[in-house]
Amino acid sequence: MNAASNKIATAGNKGDRVRSDCFVTLEMKNKGGLIIDIKSKVKVMFGKAIKDLTVDILNFFEIKNANISIEDAGALPFVLAARIEATIRQLVKTDKEYLLELIPENQYQTKRDIFRFSRLYLPGNTPSLMINAGIHKPNGIILDLEDAVAPDKKFEASFVVRNALRQVDYYGAERMVRINQVPQGLIDLEFLVPHNVNLILVPKCEDKAQIVAVNKRIESIKKKKGISGNIWLMPIIESTLGVIKAYDIASSADNIVAIAIGLEDYTADLGTQRTKEGSESFFARSMVVNAARAAGVQPIDSVFSDISDMEALKQNVLVSKSLGFDGMGCIHPRQIEVIHKNFAPQEAEIEKAKKIVNAFIIATEKGLGVVSLGSKMIDPPVVKRAQKSVNLAISLGILNKNWREEFK
Amino acid sequence: MKKYDKLVTNAVGREVPTIINGEEHIPFKGVGKHIPTGRKHAPRIASCANYPSDGNKTVVSLKEALIKSGLKDGMTISTHHHFRNGDLIANQIFDLAHELGVKNLRWYPSASFPCQEKLIEYLEDGTINRIEGSMNGPLGRFTSEGKMKGTAILRSHGGRYQAVQDGEVQIDIAVIAAPSADPFGNANGEDGPAACGLLGFALGDSQYADKVIIVTDNLVPFPCIPWQIHGNYVDYVVVVEQVGIPEKIISGTTRITKSPDRLLIAELTSKFCDEAGIIKDGFSYQAGAGGTALSIGIYFSEILRNRGWKARFIRAGSNKYPVEMLEEGLVDYILDGQTFDLDGVRSMRENSGHVNTSPFTSYNYHGKGNFAGMVDVVILGATEVDVNFNANVVTHSDGLMLHGVGGWQNCLFSKCTILPIPLFRDRIPVIKDEVTTICGPGELIDVIATERGIAINPRRKDLIEKLKGSNLPIKTIEELKEEAEKICGIPEKPQLSDEIVAVIKWVDGTVIDSVRKVL
Repeated sequence: MNAASNKIATAGNKGDRVRSDCFVTLEMKNKGGLIIDIKSKVKVMFGKAIKDLTVDILNFFEIKNANISIEDAGALPFVLAARIEATIRQLVKTDKEYLLELIPENQYQTKRDIFRFSRLYLPGNTPSLMINAGIHKPNGIILDLEDAVAPDKKFEASFVVRNALRQVDYYGAERMVRINQVPQGLIDLEFLVPHNVNLILVPKCEDKAQIVAVNKRIESIKKKKGISGNIWLMPIIESTLGVIKAYDIASSADNIVAIAIGLEDYTADLGTQRTKEGSESFFARSMVVNAARAAGVQPIDSVFSDISDMEALKQNVLVSKSLGFDGMGCIHPRQIEVIHKNFAPQEAEIEKAKKIVNAFIIATEKGLGVVSLGSKMIDPPVVKRAQKSVNLAISLGILNKNWREEFK
Repeated sequence: MKKYDKLVTNAVGREVPTIINGEEHIPFKGVGKHIPTGRKHAPRIASCANYPSDGNKTVVSLKEALIKSGLKDGMTISTHHHFRNGDLIANQIFDLAHELGVKNLRWYPSASFPCQEKLIEYLEDGTINRIEGSMNGPLGRFTSEGKMKGTAILRSHGGRYQAVQDGEVQIDIAVIAAPSADPFGNANGEDGPAACGLLGFALGDSQYADKVIIVTDNLVPFPCIPWQIHGNYVDYVVVVEQVGIPEKIISGTTRITKSPDRLLIAELTSKFCDEAGIIKDGFSYQAGAGGTALSIGIYFSEILRNRGWKARFIRAGSNKYPVEMLEEGLVDYILDGQTFDLDGVRSMRENSGHVNTSPFTSYNYHGKGNFAGMVDVVILGATEVDVNFNANVVTHSDGLMLHGVGGWQNCLFSKCTILPIPLFRDRIPVIKDEVTTICGPGELIDVIATERGIAINPRRKDLIEKLKGSNLPIKTIEELKEEAEKICGIPEKPQLSDEIVAVIKWVDGTVIDSVRKVL
């Protein structure tokens, strides 16, 4: 092993407020064997497990002489392993990766047209927020390598995100990662593609060349690792240029399933402030919805950042839905329920949709070419929209799938 | 004198001493199995001839009151914890005892707080032999490390009253810090700069101690109304500059949790109660002052409001949330055992439906019933639970004793006991094969509600039946344990010394478990 000796690397977080994380310091030596120092608040229960894991990783990378100290605040194994590996990989040039099991629960693929009402952002270098994210039942979780990670923490975060993709059960949520802006983001893909990531968010997208580059890299990694399966893309439009090119971007690849808008950067680019009413972004949001629909992908709205104001969030969701969006981002688990509830079809909407769908089915059964409700003729697009509402209500559990049995 | 002797295995399979600090104690026999006989303990007969005929019992200082009370080696001194971390009196008592050269005292607080960390020096120099009460935080750590001279005895709030009433603990001098008092010794917690609501934890002390000293910073002319403590029990009244620090009397935990995970647990718990049919018009509940328990109260009040129902009573630990419910008309009565914030104190003054209670009325197991059993559902915490639903509230999984029992054991007698707890804390799973310390036997614990699933005690076939077909994540306790271990790994058991540093009493005065020294 080509180890640079007498060098020190660190990774992780420490401090009174840090939980479920650890801070690792590795110093390479020329002699003296492995000296492992563990300070852990769970030492009584997991001291041996932490030591065994540390030795195993050091052996895996063929490190014979080193001082390693671990200050642990109850980190789970996937975090410990990520932190230790991140220190090693700063000092040792190697292609090896210390991979924990890809748990069976994480070996699912997601479908192109699943609901993406909510997707919960999780900072990529803050494991404590990742562990319980799935229990709040978002449609998707986003492990964020971009804006939520400080520039000097990007490298170590990629190990945490990779290990989280393999080890943390998100209970069926679509497992997404926001990579850094292309071209830096291309390197991130090495940490994601082999680990059954379901969807990649491509930030600050303003040219289809970025999408082409991402897909090219994905394909080459897939080929190298001999893996198959879908990896969906969700470009995020965050600039005036991006808005203008929204359709171009949305239609640039088959694996794009949605495009999102990021309003913080967009409003800055526009030279204005983001307001609660959002009139400054009306054009951009409508443009993105229009482009998405034209390209046959889902339009997804920006996050709502006041996590204490659930009423304002609700109003925001209702506006978003009325503009045509299919979902939005969230930055706090408590936002999920409000988002789901208000993107879901409302009672009056479902009742009307049921009548239309029922009339359509009866008309079809009778072989009639025209659907009518009372004295009113119903156009095909209206039927289609009603069918969509009914399907949505069924899949959200608001409506029984055998609703027609009780329908009068 | 040996700190403890004659170990036996009790009815929950734990090894406990039957001689503790030279006194005989009975091992736990099972819930409701130990039935005492005989008569209650009684204080000495007093005579008005020995007290000032004008009713003025004030003396110049706490020191004089202690000397006049005959403070000497080996005595038992009691204090209450209504001032929580803002208490200024307990430390002064032992400062004075130290100054007077008194040794080997037994301190009998209703609970201890970090503000009493200073007493470690008196535990070390022998002024205090041991604490019988609760040892929170620093004092708990000190005890766990085997540094206390005597063996600590932990009792519940009800068990503390029971021990006094049964004569198991004879209090020599009770020092009752009171926010308001008159020269005769009538006292209450409602008025004055250190207002804390009520003084229920000191009630038994006033009734049974040989000598009773009231310490106040708000002396009012006779009569001090309401007289939560009767002056007829009181020997001396001392006026001091300040008895407590108001902002520390108010507990810091009486805020609704902001943690999304804990809110989820609260939501699941309240949904469970609703689906089990527990929440109904005229029901009653008790929820602690922790963030999760408070949030459950909020969910309960939403359900009551939406359905036009009204709860009959809330057993509390009161704070602004039950008070809001009382004032909105969502509940008839708050039966209050301790008041956690200023809204609680104000409400106790203003609302006739906000009633002060004591461990005698609420919790004492050696009485003709108590309120705890009448409560429809009680929400409690725990540091650990085992697959047999036994639970621990005093030690952590590494063996350190950091908490007292409080009213926890007494509350287990409610019609439904639910422990809403996270499945793991950092990396530490909450569900074990065996808890480190048994504080409550599993037969009294009905439901464990975690963010990843709810386990119903198999003994509660009625609840299991009611929740059949529910959308709630009902799982077995073994499934929950496995789920946590899959995430955290399987924890090693702590290696503890054989040496016993404390024992835990059950509500009937028997010994349910021992706490071992940490290595």
